[in-house]
Amino acid sequence: MEALGLLLHGFAVLLTWKTLVLMMVGLVLGIFVGVLPGLGGPNGVAILLPLTFTMDPTSAIVMLSCIYWGALFGGAITSILFNIPGEAWSVATTFDGYPMAQQGRAAEALTAAFTSSFIGSLVAVLLITFLAPMISSFALKFGPPEFFAVYLLTFCSFVGLGREARHKTVISMSLGLLLAGVGMDTVSGQLRMTFGSSELLRGINFLVAVIGLFGISEILLTMEERLALRGHAASISLRVVLGVWKDLPKYWVTLFRSSFIGCWLGITPGGAIAASFMGYNLAKRFSKDPESFGKGRIEGVFAPETAAHASGTSALLPMLALGIPGSGTAAILLGGLMVWGLNPGPLLFVEHKDFVWGLIASMYLGNVVGLVLVLTTVPVFASILRVPFAAVAPMIVVSCAIGAYAIQNAMFDIWLMLGFGVVGYVFKKIGIPLAPFTLALVLGNRAEDAFRLSMIGSGGDLKVFWSNGLVGSITTLAIVLLFWPLIDGLLARVGWTQRAKPAAG
Amino acid sequence: MGHRTRAAITLAAALCATPAFAGWEPTKPVEIVVAAGAGGASDQMARMMQAAIQKNNLMKQPMVVSLKGGASGAEALMYMKSSEGDPNKVLIAYSLIYMLPLSAKIPFNWRELTPVSVIALDQFVLWDNSAGPKTVKDFVAAAKAASAPFKMGGTGSKREDHVLTVFLEQKTGAKFSYLPYKSGGEAATQLVGNHTESNVNNPSENLEVWRAGQVRPLCVFDKERIAYTTKVTDTQSWADIPTCKEEGVDVQYLMLRAMFLPGKVTPEQQAFYVDLFQKVTQTAEYKDYMEKQALKPIFLTGKDMVQFLEEDDAVNKSLMTEAGFVAK
Repeated sequence: MEALGLLLHGFAVLLTWKTLVLMMVGLVLGIFVGVLPGLGGPNGVAILLPLTFTMDPTSAIVMLSCIYWGALFGGAITSILFNIPGEAWSVATTFDGYPMAQQGRAAEALTAAFTSSFIGSLVAVLLITFLAPMISSFALKFGPPEFFAVYLLTFCSFVGLGREARHKTVISMSLGLLLAGVGMDTVSGQLRMTFGSSELLRGINFLVAVIGLFGISEILLTMEERLALRGHAASISLRVVLGVWKDLPKYWVTLFRSSFIGCWLGITPGGAIAASFMGYNLAKRFSKDPESFGKGRIEGVFAPETAAHASGTSALLPMLALGIPGSGTAAILLGGLMVWGLNPGPLLFVEHKDFVWGLIASMYLGNVVGLVLVLTTVPVFASILRVPFAAVAPMIVVSCAIGAYAIQNAMFDIWLMLGFGVVGYVFKKIGIPLAPFTLALVLGNRAEDAFRLSMIGSGGDLKVFWSNGLVGSITTLAIVLLFWPLIDGLLARVGWTQRAKPAAG
Repeated sequence: MGHRTRAAITLAAALCATPAFAGWEPTKPVEIVVAAGAGGASDQMARMMQAAIQKNNLMKQPMVVSLKGGASGAEALMYMKSSEGDPNKVLIAYSLIYMLPLSAKIPFNWRELTPVSVIALDQFVLWDNSAGPKTVKDFVAAAKAASAPFKMGGTGSKREDHVLTVFLEQKTGAKFSYLPYKSGGEAATQLVGNHTESNVNNPSENLEVWRAGQVRPLCVFDKERIAYTTKVTDTQSWADIPTCKEEGVDVQYLMLRAMFLPGKVTPEQQAFYVDLFQKVTQTAEYKDYMEKQALKPIFLTGKDMVQFLEEDDAVNKSLMTEAGFVAK
């Protein structure tokens, strides 16, 4: 129980008024940047990083990580209220969160999102506390074939388990993969599809696309249909919150599954986004009533949020122990650590115990304080829905534009965002799902690189994807999921109907 | 010319120079443009300078780090090129300024920017996993004997790491499969996890895993050993690593770390930054950083710098041509 002693020591380091005040400030700032689409955690942390140079490392990291927690909580707010994901991993939250808000259950959806965020983070922090050394050695097992297998699994679970017509999912995903290829190709060192434009050198930023596809297209649709936000001011009270909490035990399987997926994917870079989608898809797959997903089912909020936050939190572990950031925000925190003279790596846990355990303790405290803070402010956020559309819509467009600009300080990205807004509008009209497109845009490059590196390493032999137990089982699972509808059909034929007997949920 | 006259001229020059420094100062926050991703060597260096400038009050305006690592750093180059006349942007450059225009046909030429100063030279070291061969000789022998070529990790394609791999092949006769990763940090962990057999990372990129005993430095690609003799691990200092030449593999490469302003800025603006970075190199933060990351100290500016750049450009160009990495 050495970990416990160290953790208590960490709490002792933290429990000073100064640290607690910094924590609150960080959380409020974090929620604020999380709410603005595109501004998000990475930008918030980057802007505030220089403020902390004069602080001691522990206070500084506590404040910055609290901005991170705040942004994690805040990202869900706009997803649910406006169908605009504040962060990449909040995309899956919109699937059921937004329909809930439209049905006047905004408060319920927000409470569910915050609570499941809290649960996901808590599971991940517990894991970090007690299993840190084991997990970091697990992360080292990931070479190019393993990374590719994980990405393949995410793509396959989308096609095999998605709710939309499969050909439409594949169309959407292929378009995303195509656009992901724009820009510099790391493996060959050549430019692709830039057509001599220096704006296209950077490639298509995923967040710019998400803001346009979801945010702008939603505004366009709303303008066409009704000129009002659908969603009634919900009556918010302690009763709603307690009601959601009372129902929590019913969803323990979903919560547990999503936490597991989240922690597992969190330690591989880019995992939070994949985790939120996978958590959602699997919850739907194993549900007794998969048809009700996407129509405002509370489980559809629990599943992606728990997974996203479990992985967002566990993403800090590879950053600390290996120096590989698991997310954009973690990458900026990494820069911060170096300024304070702390070099992330295997020895950080040995040489800077105060810092590491202070940080872990701040994860516990930050999450508890954050949950209370966001829950008490739910009424404020939900009341945004009562503001007339004519007043809110321009504000949303402006905030989308600022967000898109701020990511890379490029005017071109605002035009790109507007273009994606139109694409998103057309996609919604002809019933092509947006999520596979965004997923392919964010993971396409990494999947391609991982595949090509595997091929260089193995001399072009595909057997490398079954070369050891880890990669073999992930690849096999991916293929099973891809052909799941077929397998399910076959199983049904031999009398193993999956749906007749729901296992545990 | 007598001593007195020369002293008078120096004094006069100094007097003239001082008003020039005082004459211009940034009025907006200064952006330090990093042509690489977060956490890489350039980013670390930029953050060190940001902290050194802020802690020692070297400039009134704040300095912000702006990461433009898109397209393997080409984004930063094009950004600087398009910021002509803007004195609030400084690029922290490395060998990509010569290599990218050759390999990817990026329409960029460092001569269009305003040189400020060369602030350091970075080393390259051949590393293998601590469970692998212990000397260069054993390593080369094992690489030759292996049934599948040894995997060499590195940053990016057709860049310094890739060039070094090609020359290593030429000098030793061993074959390597070069795996281009997105960053040196990734190349480091992949080596620790045994997914590659070796890499040619900069000292800073492998420092932590070396201290943890997970990788072993085999030799350094310079004509002399690294000067720092403080123990980094329990038993070794940077100076204990032999040069590759000592070990019979004559491959040498040093990479510049230099500051540039966009083109068409005034001499006063250029002078301000020359002075600023000279002051930075005298701070404790900078000295500490140089030693920790095993960088070679150097400070060149003005004509010396341009001459250095021209020579360095020629060297890089011939290496790239010989390696077959120049796009047609």
